[in-house]
Amino acid sequence: MRYYDEETLAGLLRTLPAPPQAWVEAAQEIPLARKGLDDIVERAREDQVFRAALIADLETALEGAGYETNPALAEAVRARLSL
Amino acid sequence: MLAHVVESDAQLVARCRAGDEDAWRELVERFSRYVYAISVQAYRMSESDAEDVFQEVFARAYVNLPKLRNDAAIRPWLAQMTRRLCLDTIRAGAREQPDELPEPGGADDAIARLDEALFVHDALATLPDNCREILDRFFARDESYRNIGDALDIPPGTIASRISRCLVKLKTELEDEGRKPVSAESGG
Repeated sequence: MRYYDEETLAGLLRTLPAPPQAWVEAAQEIPLARKGLDDIVERAREDQVFRAALIADLETALEGAGYETNPALAEAVRARLSL
Repeated sequence: MLAHVVESDAQLVARCRAGDEDAWRELVERFSRYVYAISVQAYRMSESDAEDVFQEVFARAYVNLPKLRNDAAIRPWLAQMTRRLCLDTIRAGAREQPDELPEPGGADDAIARLDEALFVHDALATLPDNCREILDRFFARDESYRNIGDALDIPPGTIASRISRCLVKLKTELEDEGRKPVSAESGG
């Protein structure tokens, strides 16, 4: 067992500052983003018009379908659909 | 105020595997400081690069969590993933600006210290709310006595003594529980 004095503990507590809250929230929303991705991929496989729209202009097609787009989501859709 | 019983890393990972989104949020919260600190302290990354690494680590962790062989090894697994991504980012930057290649030689020592800091931080999570909050605000968030006093509705003149008492509680918690830092073996 290691014994700590108060000064060492204070130093170790200072060693782990919090990252910006927005980063943490974005990472916490990954499951929701992935769920959106699955929905888009499934729809593109079933709906050829939607798929064609994605190929023509992915971001606009997503926004038109009501999805909130971001570069990571757009890249993931391209990768999953091999666009 | 009651002290907290903290779920183990393995229990938390098991809930994540089962698709519990609250567990994922908690996992990110638990390891966010650690991942961030590895990139900015061990590898001296800029905030911009550190943000990219941070998001990529958690995105990969989410996708690959089912492949983790030992749920209790989530911390070294995340550390290893963060190190790889930091090194990839550094190498990519060095190709563009070879003169700016940093020397990540001290990364092992820095990560060992971060492991110890995380171990202490885990113990902090078991303290009563008032202690956890005041120690975190003062040491990790670098808030002034005035800000802490305003946020927690306590007289600024009493904060130093409260911090001191809470550090003693933290020390006692670490000693009483016989806590032992986890070694950094690979889990993935």
